[in-house]
Amino acid sequence: MSLNAIIESVVFAADSPLSLDRICDMLPEYEREDIKVGLKELVDFYAGRGVVLEEVAGGWQFRTSPDYQQFVVRHLKAKTVKFSPSAMETLAIVAYRQPVTRTEIEYLRGVDCGGVLKTLLEKKLVRILGKKDIPGRPLIYGTTKEFLEIFGLKDLKGLPTLKEIQSLDEAPHFDQQEELPLE
Amino acid sequence: MLKLAQEENPSLEGFQEIYNVRLEKFEGPLDLLLHLIRKNELDIYDIPISVITRQYLDYIKLMKDLNLEVAGDFLLMASTLLHIKSRMLLPKEEQEEEGEEEPDPRAELIRRLLEYQQYKEAGMVLESRALLGREVFTRGCQEPLPNAGQVDEGPLELGLFDLVDAFRALLARIPADSFHYVAAADTFNIADCINEILALLQEQDTLRFDEIVDEDSTRERVIVTFLAMLELCRLKLIRIFQNEPHGSIWFVPAVANDAAEAPHE
Repeated sequence: MSLNAIIESVVFAADSPLSLDRICDMLPEYEREDIKVGLKELVDFYAGRGVVLEEVAGGWQFRTSPDYQQFVVRHLKAKTVKFSPSAMETLAIVAYRQPVTRTEIEYLRGVDCGGVLKTLLEKKLVRILGKKDIPGRPLIYGTTKEFLEIFGLKDLKGLPTLKEIQSLDEAPHFDQQEELPLE
Repeated sequence: MLKLAQEENPSLEGFQEIYNVRLEKFEGPLDLLLHLIRKNELDIYDIPISVITRQYLDYIKLMKDLNLEVAGDFLLMASTLLHIKSRMLLPKEEQEEEGEEEPDPRAELIRRLLEYQQYKEAGMVLESRALLGREVFTRGCQEPLPNAGQVDEGPLELGLFDLVDAFRALLARIPADSFHYVAAADTFNIADCINEILALLQEQDTLRFDEIVDEDSTRERVIVTFLAMLELCRLKLIRIFQNEPHGSIWFVPAVANDAAEAPHE
């Protein structure tokens, strides 16, 4: 049996993206390095096909290629996912600035964001990471695994890079992207 | 907020040609300011504050004339603009110390505008990606939003109606006759039941509704148990979950530190 075929079957059958660690756990009889090579070969093998192997939300998953959307939706009911500009602005701020408080988001957007944040929380695109250790202990928000899955992102580092601000004074800090642990 | 096609002349005179009115939404005062800067082809790093302030106030006036509700955020920005404008008008103090220039009053606003623009664009870039459930599909995921692949992952929060449905299903299993079984001596009240549930939860981490009431239970017993469960939930002493629609109802003790825990995860 070829390792690639094994990986293929395992990833195909899984409901959600399978992380490399998980695949390695499942296949203790194979070396991690070989599994990595196998995944790479599978990615190449599927490139340009109707189904592609992608790394999303820290795991591997077979997905249809967006090129064939118009055909796929003839059978599947496609969600008419439409995000309002305000939702996308807020989501972008949370994604790039996390962990971030509501006050910070509202300062950046110049408008009240309570309603939008609630919707994003309900849609499970945003979650509460914990509380900030400043007076008032405001809630801090970050994005979820579902956010990565829906937007097809490998991880937060996979976010499209923001255009550099030709800053007047100091540029905002984007380096602290790790999620804060829950308290 | 409304953006009008006749932006050059944001007054009511421009409204004779009513067909030219184009409705577009401004996401907020920063969005409006960016729009004004772009429309006038101004340099964002050197905003002529009096021009922008006048146009901004014209817009707000127009919104009011159109009987649109002007959100407080827009008024706040108006006052910020006026404040900056007044500071710009003040004669610069004689430089007391060489090299220590007073910061440009516009600096903060400019930084906010640039940052806002950046996130607005980032949002559009994200939105234009191939999204799961819209352009991209996984195996057997018809409805990937918003609960994709979560059914197996853990307990689902339970809606009130699911709870009532589950309760009705259970009640239906109990023969109605037993309701009339007269056993007044052994009345079972909610307080007893609460204590019973709490005692059971001391011993085990999770408890199924079916464990407490079985086929032999009287309707009274089932109803009392259900009420006890709701009361416990209201007192935030337990949390109730259901793994799947019409599945068993699970109780878990709501530990004190749960309150600080985020709902997700």
